[in-house]
Amino acid sequence: MPWRLLRYAMNPAHPDGRMFSRPEKLRNRYDVVIIGGGGHGLAAAYYLAREHGIRNVCVLEKGYIGGGNTGRNTTIIRSNYITPEGVRFYDESVRLWQDLSEDFDLNLFYATRGHYTLAHSDSAMRTMRLRAEINKHYGIASEVVDREILRRELPMMDLSGGGHAPVLGALYHAPGAIARHDAVAWGYARGADRRGVEIHQQTEVLGLAVRSGKIHAVQTSRGTIETDSVLCAVAGATPRILAMLGLTSPVCVHPLQAMVSEPVKPWLDPIVVSGSLHVYVSQSARGELVLGASLDPYELHSTRSTLDFAEGLSAHILDLFPFLSQIRIVRQWAGMADMTPDFSPIMGKTPIGGFYLDAGWGTWGFKATPVAGKTMAHTIATGREHPLAAGFSLERFRNFALTGEKGAAAVGH
Amino acid sequence: MKLMDCPIHGKRPISEFLYGGEIRESPDPDTCTDGAWADYVFSRNSVPGIKREWWCHVPSTTWFVAERDTGAGDVLKTYLYGSPAS
Repeated sequence: MPWRLLRYAMNPAHPDGRMFSRPEKLRNRYDVVIIGGGGHGLAAAYYLAREHGIRNVCVLEKGYIGGGNTGRNTTIIRSNYITPEGVRFYDESVRLWQDLSEDFDLNLFYATRGHYTLAHSDSAMRTMRLRAEINKHYGIASEVVDREILRRELPMMDLSGGGHAPVLGALYHAPGAIARHDAVAWGYARGADRRGVEIHQQTEVLGLAVRSGKIHAVQTSRGTIETDSVLCAVAGATPRILAMLGLTSPVCVHPLQAMVSEPVKPWLDPIVVSGSLHVYVSQSARGELVLGASLDPYELHSTRSTLDFAEGLSAHILDLFPFLSQIRIVRQWAGMADMTPDFSPIMGKTPIGGFYLDAGWGTWGFKATPVAGKTMAHTIATGREHPLAAGFSLERFRNFALTGEKGAAAVGH
Repeated sequence: MKLMDCPIHGKRPISEFLYGGEIRESPDPDTCTDGAWADYVFSRNSVPGIKREWWCHVPSTTWFVAERDTGAGDVLKTYLYGSPAS
C-alpha cells in the first residue's frame, strides 16, 4: 500500500495543483481592493465574486495569506452570544460553516464537538441562564447544565477547580465546533482565485488617496492602484490603516497568546472554557491540546510570546485537569487582537466614501469568517449595510448605542 | 520575567503592575459637543509608537507615568505625574 501511494504521488499525471495563482503584475485599476489576505478579506473577495458577480477584485497581503490572526486563533466556532445582534449574526456564521467544506470541495476538518462554558460563581450562573434564554429565544441550542451532568460528561475534570474555583455548572452549546483554520484561508483563496480575483502576497499598503471625500487610490509597495472601493480587513493593523486616512476608532490592539501541547490519545471531545480561570481548551484532530487564555493586559503591537503566559495558563489548566501535569507544551504564539470597548466588531461604511471597514474582531473573529465575508460583500456590492451587521457600525460609538458582548465574547473579565 | 521600574519601589515584576491607558486630555463635558465627548470616551490612538501612559504598582497603589514604545514593548522612562522628570 505505501508503494502504491508513493507511485501515485510521484506520477506526473496527478500533479499537486496550486491552491491559487500568483499574478505577476498589479493592474492599474480594480473595482474593489481588499487590504488583508486573512480569512475575512478572502471571504469577502469570494462572496463578491460568487454572489455579486464582482470579479475585478484584488486582495493585497503584506505577508502570506492566513499568516495573521486566521492562523493564530484557537479555531473555536460557536454562536451562544448574549445580545440579539450577536446571536443572530454568529448563528448565521455557524450555518455557513457547516456547508463550507462542501462549498470549497476542501476538507476543513469541521468537527462539531459541543462547548461548555464553566461557571464558578452564582453571578456566573446567572449570566449563563441569561445567555441560555436569549439563545433559545433565537432558536440556538444552548442550555444550563449542573454539576451532575458535568461529572458524567467530563469525568476527567476536577470539579473543585483545584480547590479554589469550584465548578457550579456550565452553559452547554451543542453546535460548538472546531475547524482547521489555515484551510479556511486557502479554501476562500482558491474559490476567489477560480472566479477571477487576484491575490497579491508580499504587497504592503503604504498610503490611501482620497479625492473629495471618496477613496480614489491605494499606494502599495508595488505601485499605485486606482479604485472606488476599498475594504480594510487587517485585524491588528487597523489603527495604522485608519491613520493613513486621518480616521479614529475605538480599536485598541492587545496581544492574545495561545499554545499547544504534544499530541496525546483522544480524551477530550468537547471544548471547555472557563471565564474565571481564563482558559479554553480543545483537542485537535491530531491529538494536540489547543490552549488559550485572556489578552495580555496592555497595548502592544508585537507577536512575541512570554513565559509568564505559559506558566499562568498551565497553572489554570492543571486546576481543571490535574492529570495533565506531565504533558509537554510544544508551541506557543501570539496574535494582535483589535479590541473594541463593547467586544463587538466594527463593520460597514466609514465617513470616507467607498472605504469599508471590517475590524474590531478582537478575540472573536475566526468564528465569524464566513458571515463577515458575506455581509461585507453585500455592503460593498449594494452600498447598503447588511441587516445582520446593523448593530456593528462605526457610528454606534458616536450615538452611544453600543452592542455589549463582553459577557459572552471573552474569558478575561 | 519582564521588569518595570516603579518610581517609588524600583524594579518589580510586570505582573505587579496595572495598565491604565494612554494619558489623554479630557474636554470640558459642560461645554464640548456630544461628538467631541463621544470621541473622548471611545476613540483611542492605537498606532504603534512612543506613548505616555498611566501605570499603577498594585501592591502599593502607586500611580505613575511610563513612557513606552508600544511597537517594541520597551519601557523608556517612568516617573511620578507632575514630577520634575516629566
